[in-house]
Amino acid sequence: MMIRNALIALLAAPLALLAGPADAALRVFACEPEWGALVQELGGNLVEVSVATGALQDPHQIQAKPSLIARARNADLVVCTGAELEIGWLPILLQQSGNAKVQPGQPGNFAAADYVRKLDVPGQLDRSQGDVHAAGNPHVQTDPRNIAQVATALGTRLQQVDPAHAAEYARRQADFAQRWQQAIARWSAQAAPLKGAPVVSQHKAFTYLYDWLGLKEVAVLEPKPGVEPTASHLQGVLSALKGTPVRMVIHAAYQDPRASEWLNTNAGVPAVKLPFTVGGSEGAKDLFGLFDDTVARLLAAGGKR
Amino acid sequence: MHKLLPASLALALATPHCALAESPSDLATLRQEIATMRAAYEARLEALETRLKAAEAAAANSATVPGATAASAAAVVASAPPPPAPVASGGGANAFNPAISLILSGLYTSTSRDPEHFAISGFQLPTDAEVGPGTRGLSLAETELGISANIDPWWRGSTAIALHPDNEVSVEEAYVQTTSLGHGASLKAGRFFSGIGYLNPQHAHTWDFVDNPLAYQALLGTQYGDDGVQLTWLAPIDQYLELGAELGRGRSFPGTDTSRNGAGMVALTAHTGGDIGASHSWRAGLSVLRAKAKDQELDAMNTAGNSVTNAFSGRTRVWVADAVWKWAPNGNATRTSFKLQGEYLRSTRDGDLVYDVDNVASAADYRAVQSGWYLQGIYQFMPGWRVGLRTEQLDPGSSRFGANAAALDLGNYRPRKNTLMFDYNPSEFSRVRLQFARDRSREGVTDNQFFIQYQMSLGAHGAHGY
Ligand SMILES: [Zn+2]
Repeated sequence: MMIRNALIALLAAPLALLAGPADAALRVFACEPEWGALVQELGGNLVEVSVATGALQDPHQIQAKPSLIARARNADLVVCTGAELEIGWLPILLQQSGNAKVQPGQPGNFAAADYVRKLDVPGQLDRSQGDVHAAGNPHVQTDPRNIAQVATALGTRLQQVDPAHAAEYARRQADFAQRWQQAIARWSAQAAPLKGAPVVSQHKAFTYLYDWLGLKEVAVLEPKPGVEPTASHLQGVLSALKGTPVRMVIHAAYQDPRASEWLNTNAGVPAVKLPFTVGGSEGAKDLFGLFDDTVARLLAAGGKR
Repeated sequence: MHKLLPASLALALATPHCALAESPSDLATLRQEIATMRAAYEARLEALETRLKAAEAAAANSATVPGATAASAAAVVASAPPPPAPVASGGGANAFNPAISLILSGLYTSTSRDPEHFAISGFQLPTDAEVGPGTRGLSLAETELGISANIDPWWRGSTAIALHPDNEVSVEEAYVQTTSLGHGASLKAGRFFSGIGYLNPQHAHTWDFVDNPLAYQALLGTQYGDDGVQLTWLAPIDQYLELGAELGRGRSFPGTDTSRNGAGMVALTAHTGGDIGASHSWRAGLSVLRAKAKDQELDAMNTAGNSVTNAFSGRTRVWVADAVWKWAPNGNATRTSFKLQGEYLRSTRDGDLVYDVDNVASAADYRAVQSGWYLQGIYQFMPGWRVGLRTEQLDPGSSRFGANAAALDLGNYRPRKNTLMFDYNPSEFSRVRLQFARDRSREGVTDNQFFIQYQMSLGAHGAHGY
């Protein structure tokens, strides 16, 4: 008897709470800061955004910690990168959330990478190649043209999950699209001197950025994706670079800069820290600031020659 | 009989929502959906028009930028990436294959005392209890095959099959779980590890040491798994608060599998947790498990120092308090991190005990209150390298043997153990571990235990719990 009463109470409590105010903001759970910022642009005060990770965290290696489970529990919409970037933590977060709305396949589950053309799709899936992403490189946010495509899809999705405010989402989306296209034109013009510049990356995190600006990745400091650079591997990169001068070595704000700094000290190659996502630097306060700052840092290090 | 009610209630609730969806009052909803679709399409058209205008404006803008810069900028803008390729189909009949993972593990064990005679002083354990350091020398450790997939929009299924070194196969877990109950609720049915404590639901390959703590070995038979149903519910608040209730047949120690209609096991769990700043997170909980045993064979030592087999019938209640705290600078555990965890288990057994089943067979009242705890810290000092320390102790507590008091006495020796672990993880999928333990589980005996272990995971990338 006791157990039955407890069960009924357990099930009745959430139902009572659900019958709350109908006009509350749409609760959005964003896995990474760039998608949190995009939802904010497209949703304004219609949405209440909670971002799961920060710019100083490695998005591959997040834990399904209690605070995140609690936030996924109450979300109306989950906006993540997808393409297996969050494979080590998001599936268990969604399972434990007990939230039917945000399960894969539901309108409340949005994966940004589904809406862009993916690069680095491996021809052969084998973990001897390191922690390769079967669906292609998931770091799609480093190309602003991808952000534009995701914004279109996300705007439509917001209208779908919150139809009462569809017109307002459409208006905000159109406004963002216009400002974003103008900004892309500006960044593209500014970054033109970088076209064809040979660079070294610490992790294969900037494939889309290079694709956009025409930078040439001639070496990667990680011997395999997700594997820390060793001293001998760094020596190998160094001797390979003897013949081909590079303009800079690039790492993301969340990464340990030591490998890049080593190359800077030993080969005189300028080391550049890019914000990688919103919040990754002082200047990267929002999506516009992210690319303003990214382009400025690239130009400062390798604009000449 | 009334014990079946919660289970049937839970099952009724698990019935997919679609059965309720087609009520006549849904006409209004349909009308609203059509209106929404119309609004969405109009909005998309509007957005496309705006983009077209923006692109025209951008082209005009770039024309004002001087020289070569303008040309290349225009080229960059023009070369917008083509639309994404459709999601890979293909695969035919195999396209719906579930995720499959395989854990391969091997062990080298060296102990200063023969593991054949391992015992925990003051604790009567089942004859087949999985306690102690196992076998000496080189051995295959447990190999685990995991298979999981969504079944349909309402259920997912998962199983873990263990292949033991002695060529036996056992089903560790095999359950179905709802994915669509919503409201924070989730129902599991089948065979699964109970959600009590912190370590209990974790698979062996995720443990931070080669073995489970003595308190788990002595009070829960290393890890409590059962056949039954589990309902969990996550409170709709910002603070993590998860409540769980389980009903099971009571298949394993401290229960026994017997022929009965009702439940042999009931468990209740409560866990809460959260963050402290960007670098700290924690979880703590309290659980209780109640299991029934009938004629449970226990290995024991009588007051004369001889091994005897007793039989216990009655109820066992185990309380578990658990807490874990994790630190990683700015929440980034790639380079350094620290994890501190501890649990306290307290078991009360009530019923009667038949002393020396094979010879004397004397039955009498029995009550025992026993406890144990462990505390462990794991420090990752550089990528892939971790060091861990665990300290633990058991308390045989107080016991009452009734009429058998002259023949049996659990003593007051407190078994204890200290363990040092060192492991290297070349990637997320492979691990090599060294472990040294000074084990004083037996009164007057110190066993120095040394292990080298490897654990490799093949196939699907499983997500890890907290
Ligand atoms: Zn990556």
